[in-house]
Amino acid sequence: MIRSLPNSTGYKIGFRVFVTLFFIFLLLPLIAVSVLAFNDSSAITLPWKGFTLDWFFANTDDRVGLFKDEELLTSIWISIQTAFAMALLSTIIGTIASLLFDKFNFKGKGVLYFFAIAPLVIPGVILGISILLASTAVGGKIESIFGIDAEIFSPGFWLVVIGQFSFGATYAMLLVSARLKKFDPALEEAALSLKATGLQSIWYITIPFLKPAIIGAFVVTFLMSFSNFNTTIFLVGSDPTLPVDLYSRIKFSSTPVLNAVSFMIVLAVSTFAFINLIINRNKK
Amino acid sequence: MENNKKVFYILLIPVLLWLVFLIIVPHIELLVSSFKPNSGDGGFTLENYQAFFSDKIYWKTFINTTLYAIGVTLLSFAVSFPIAFYLTKVVSPKYASFLTLLLLIPLWIGELVTIYGWVTLLGDNGVINEFLKYIGVIDKPLHLLYNNISMTIGLLYMSMLFMIVPIMTTLESLDDSMIEAASDLGASKLTIFRRIIIPHSMPGIINGSIIVFMLVIGDYVAPNILGGKSSLWFTEQIYNQFLSTFNWSQGAAFGFLLLGISSATIWVALRLSGQKLDKVGE
Amino acid sequence: MSGNILEIKNLSKYFDDFTALKDINISVKEGEFISILGPSGCGKTTLLRIIAGFLQESEGDILIEDKSMKGIPPEKRPVNIVFQSLALFPMMNVYENVAFGLKRQKLSKEEIKKSVLDMLSRVGLDGYDKKKINELSGGQKQRVAIARSLVMKPSILLLDEPLSALDRKLREHMKVELKELQKEIGTTFIYITHDQSEALVMSDRVAVINKGIIEQLDTPHNLYNNPETGFVAGFVGENNRFEIASRDGEQIVTKNGWRVTKPNLDFNPTLMYIRPEAFIVDPDENMEGVEVFEADITTILFDGANTKMLVKPEGKDEILIALPQNAKFQALKQGDRVKVAVAHENIKCYKE
Repeated sequence: MIRSLPNSTGYKIGFRVFVTLFFIFLLLPLIAVSVLAFNDSSAITLPWKGFTLDWFFANTDDRVGLFKDEELLTSIWISIQTAFAMALLSTIIGTIASLLFDKFNFKGKGVLYFFAIAPLVIPGVILGISILLASTAVGGKIESIFGIDAEIFSPGFWLVVIGQFSFGATYAMLLVSARLKKFDPALEEAALSLKATGLQSIWYITIPFLKPAIIGAFVVTFLMSFSNFNTTIFLVGSDPTLPVDLYSRIKFSSTPVLNAVSFMIVLAVSTFAFINLIINRNKK
Repeated sequence: MENNKKVFYILLIPVLLWLVFLIIVPHIELLVSSFKPNSGDGGFTLENYQAFFSDKIYWKTFINTTLYAIGVTLLSFAVSFPIAFYLTKVVSPKYASFLTLLLLIPLWIGELVTIYGWVTLLGDNGVINEFLKYIGVIDKPLHLLYNNISMTIGLLYMSMLFMIVPIMTTLESLDDSMIEAASDLGASKLTIFRRIIIPHSMPGIINGSIIVFMLVIGDYVAPNILGGKSSLWFTEQIYNQFLSTFNWSQGAAFGFLLLGISSATIWVALRLSGQKLDKVGE
Repeated sequence: MSGNILEIKNLSKYFDDFTALKDINISVKEGEFISILGPSGCGKTTLLRIIAGFLQESEGDILIEDKSMKGIPPEKRPVNIVFQSLALFPMMNVYENVAFGLKRQKLSKEEIKKSVLDMLSRVGLDGYDKKKINELSGGQKQRVAIARSLVMKPSILLLDEPLSALDRKLREHMKVELKELQKEIGTTFIYITHDQSEALVMSDRVAVINKGIIEQLDTPHNLYNNPETGFVAGFVGENNRFEIASRDGEQIVTKNGWRVTKPNLDFNPTLMYIRPEAFIVDPDENMEGVEVFEADITTILFDGANTKMLVKPEGKDEILIALPQNAKFQALKQGDRVKVAVAHENIKCYKE
């Protein structure tokens, strides 16, 4: 039943068949979508009409490839900027939160921690609409009192960043906390005993120890932001992020250029993942 | 460090800003908005909630969505548990990290792309129909897309991973020698699963179920793209109110109801399993 | 100027209802090597953390160089700690570890370099400055931890059981090394330990703490030979412990029925201690001021120079007796009857 115990052939084969089917189920959509990016057809499905790179490079009346599609390229660029800002903010605040909850006991800590992990169990759509409602209310107040149109409170780039950050910080906090649990608090006391101030000991000792987790948190929140739809859709202004753009194209105007985008994402993520795997293997 | 007030406030203030302005205030605003009349002026009204209860399509969708989400969560557990068990306890460790990585790739690729992948697979001229035609099983395409089954596949696909990973984490902490000892004492496979493996991985199962349930009940993309005319999902009502009819107060009421039912279900799950919310993140 | 580098005055510490330390008074002279000895959970680590400033006292005060330490954070106190886990910074090499504290003081690069290399050579780690922490042996790590603290020129160095992670042989060796290092540099050491041998070997004076109270603060010699309380007698060194049932003039009877004479006793004791080496086997006939009794050997515990035997006098008591390995006693074996004497002054009685 496990590696070290003898198993019947039926058990082994049954298990293998199930796992194989599962991985086919897992990878089939990704493979299908990638292969069809090279189909010389205007339909997003079969039949196969031959190999082409049109969906990447063409710029004709009926075929606009990914690298010629200004709108698509813009939304990718916006997504990258959004993800970078969101990941940066989330990682910083997430790390601060994990330090706060790890090192200090204070009144109301339990309540505060509850709110900090609440985004794990709040659907993204709820976060999206609540932040939209709140920012609209605040923006309206500011406009009626000061007579200025505070753009940061209306749907747009920064509202998307803020909305995604509201839950991104939770994930960053949990990832950093997991490593912080392995930290020997004596190291920090040693720094204090060697006349470092509280902030210096965190900066020179704790943060370097947390570095791998902090980098991990940045990558995870970056990817979360890059693929987020549920929260973003409510906060997005006139410049859609990639997932928002993809959604409206899938709904209303699918062409294989969607496959081309998908293929690029699949390629980028897989490459990144395998480089990561190899690095980890070499470390061991 | 405990006595260092300066460090304490430097850490506390940003965290407070985050939680107060981005978590607490917006949810209060959500609740307040749901009692505002749609005209946009002030005042207090129950009309948004009355609309929910008086229109059958709203509350029926609400109940269906909840039940469906519970069903998908159970299905997700049924598929995920053997996989998690295989990856932690059965497969040679040489391949385990590679297979786990494969598992994570769809997550990082994102929901839109993977759901789109299913559209190309399940469409009338999609890969599956063409393949079945090619091997001669069918001559007319099967309508695989835009129904409850395709929607379920999409929901399962995008949420499954959040079930597998927490279960794997708990299974990794289960000492193999415990299974060996049980086997040595003559327990059957079924008994070992029932009495040792499942109880040990319970925290992971609960964590996974909570996250999967929340993701499924709050999802929009899979039901909207893969679901059919009859597969109404409650989030679609919220989207409609916010993005097509611009009745934000009504949308806020729906949002609050969704938040209520998902929190209540999670609370019941935590209660039944005796687990704490603090542990969900681990 | 009191002439004391450290004065702990009426110090108490409470955690909710629990009293961790009660009315502690210790004065330490400059250059002294003081050990705080006690079983785990006795409050010794709490005391160290209060001196270092990681914990706040509930009552009382601590004076270092005649300055009250009330409200002064750890980084502003003239003390440094060598931690039990050593707490060497794993992401830095030996040089960076030792230089860490100096860098915080904004000294010039040259000054730092000179001090660090000088300190490393004093602890015998010449040429180790570029080594990573995980490349060092246990003893070398120990020395880096000490160098890292000493380079700060603290008034007092606090050591929190720094030898406990080492294996036995290295620990024996480091005891001697540490004592010599302290003599050479002359810094005041306060050494926390639960190992009585470490405390006795290294210290000028030892404070024995039990349940948050100082039982005795004395030189190792006095602690061993004249323990003031039953706890000290039992905790410091090996000892035979007897519970007393009754006293009849000069006669004491243990609960297990052994009768001993102890003259000039002015109270009713409940406990009696006699060290294994206080017994004289096969004594001279005309010794004076001794209690002489006969006993049966139940077991010989051979351990080279530390060989001991268990004997049974009248009653059910069993007594551990050190057995010098000279020719005279080598023939002794289980079941033999021996004559044993113990000087009356070596019979220590206590009331609890």
